Amino acid sequence: MLISYLPILVYLIISIGLAVLIVALSEALGKKTHTAVKDLPYECGMVPISDARHRYAVKFYVITMFFLVFDIEAIFLYPWGVIFKPLGLFGLIEMGVFILILMVGLAYVWGKGALEWE
Amino acid sequence: MTISIPSITLSNIGPLLTLTVAGLLLLLMDALTPKGKKGYFPYLSLIALVIAAVQTTMLWNRSGTDFARMIYVDNFAFFFYLIFLLATGLTILISIKYLEDYHRNLEEYYTLLIFATIGMMLMAAGGHLILIFLGLEILSIAIYILAGLFREDVKSNEAALKYLILGAFSSAFLLFGMAMLYGATGSLFLDDLAQAIKAGVGTNPLLLFGMGLLIVGFGFKVSSVPFHMWTPDVYEGAPTSVTAFMSVGTKAAAFAALVRIFFLVFPEIKMEWNMLLWGLAVATMTLGNVVAIAQTNIKRMLAYSSIAHAGYLLVALVAANQLGAISFLYYLVAYTLMNLGAFAIVILVARKKDDYINIYDYCGLGFQYPALAAAMSVFMFALAGIPPTAGFVGKFYVFSAAVEAGYIWLAIIGVMNSLISVFYYLRITVLMYMRPAEADLGPVTMTPAISSAVLVTAAGVLAIGVFPGPLYELALNSVKIFVGL
Repeated sequence: MLISYLPILVYLIISIGLAVLIVALSEALGKKTHTAVKDLPYECGMVPISDARHRYAVKFYVITMFFLVFDIEAIFLYPWGVIFKPLGLFGLIEMGVFILILMVGLAYVWGKGALEWE
Repeated sequence: MTISIPSITLSNIGPLLTLTVAGLLLLLMDALTPKGKKGYFPYLSLIALVIAAVQTTMLWNRSGTDFARMIYVDNFAFFFYLIFLLATGLTILISIKYLEDYHRNLEEYYTLLIFATIGMMLMAAGGHLILIFLGLEILSIAIYILAGLFREDVKSNEAALKYLILGAFSSAFLLFGMAMLYGATGSLFLDDLAQAIKAGVGTNPLLLFGMGLLIVGFGFKVSSVPFHMWTPDVYEGAPTSVTAFMSVGTKAAAFAALVRIFFLVFPEIKMEWNMLLWGLAVATMTLGNVVAIAQTNIKRMLAYSSIAHAGYLLVALVAANQLGAISFLYYLVAYTLMNLGAFAIVILVARKKDDYINIYDYCGLGFQYPALAAAMSVFMFALAGIPPTAGFVGKFYVFSAAVEAGYIWLAIIGVMNSLISVFYYLRITVLMYMRPAEADLGPVTMTPAISSAVLVTAAGVLAIGVFPGPLYELALNSVKIFVGL
């Protein structure tokens, strides 16, 4: 029974082996030159302007979290839209409850002033 | 395309709905009311908890499943509902003053406690592994935030981060185990799993692997050795009221799910798991008790003591007979009362901002505050398992269940561990009554809320210790669902 999974194992071994082989070969065969510019951290081809270890304002994280929450709400709305008719009134009420709960969350973050940037 | 919509009875999840509405309402009110006018929030949460408890008692003796078999509606779940509601209510009572001292009496605290309670209830009632997992996550996410409530405190941050990372690990183990069980049986409903195992997937390696991973996942949550590493640091760093809640609530919830899964799904293959849990139980009891001796920080001591108590509860799980299941429920009630009581005293003695959480700060407490010291002694006696307290009766049931099931050695090791534990519990009592105070530590401020919590827990510990009968009957009534035992 387990033999039927053998191709997966072979595939895994080949893919890992290939990755290791390519890195090892370029390490072994490649010519290495170090210049000051080359050793800079890569920043989209630009010359880096400062240290990368900044402290970001927590607002960015907060906004990201809001985005995730409401994005997931939107994702839940799609399947409901697809089967809106068969679900009928029951589905409408259930989704209403779901959106209501998320709206409470929105009212909360709004009331707490988390949506103000300054 | 037609979709058959399952018939649902909303009253079956009445307590959960009440708490959900209460939690959402608190959130809304928090956002809409101006600062400084929110002192009544804890009492509002308490009212919601009481309503949920009343609803639970009204549901008592209903049986079956609901929401397309997702939820078990039975006395076992209801019994746990009541334990959770009691734990949350007592936690709220001991938190009010404590959070005010820290200027952290955020209203979200109560909302999060209520949401955590909902998660625990789902874990106790879940009839589908994914629902149990969802309950666990609802509970855990609330607790991650609560553990980091004191944002300026490095230790609180450490606690929250540690708990988050290890909690995420344990969730992954749990989910992976569930996936294995699905692979072995093709279903995630506990009923279907039980039937598939009866029909003879018995020793399928996938099934055993999945079961092992479930033990690892829940082992983290109940802090059983060797998955206990996070416990002392998290319990020490988290706000004391949250520690109290975690040590009781999370543990009870994880055990509720563990017991239901093991007694409902896996009794047929008991041979495969009883020695494993035997080892876990012995390791958990022994390590918890032995390391607790060396602790001088009372929160760390109680953390190791809670590990040891998880070990005693595992003994009941290993016994896997009816008395084992009953002793389980009884012990959890007793543990909830005595541990929350002990933490209430820790909060009181610590005074402002956790200044005094060393065990030597308890010196001479018996002369300064006789009532406080008496209550602490009751809790220490109970945790050590000395009659006539609930701790004794609980341990008596647990070890008799082990003997009845033929695990004589397990019972002997358990009793020996109780003896070890007597040392560090009674050390507190000795310090309180037989040593003079080392310095004047300032007055202990008692508020009605925390005094009533101490009173309720102390009275409860003694009451169910002296009259275990009614609670025993209630527990017996609750475990009848496990026909395989």
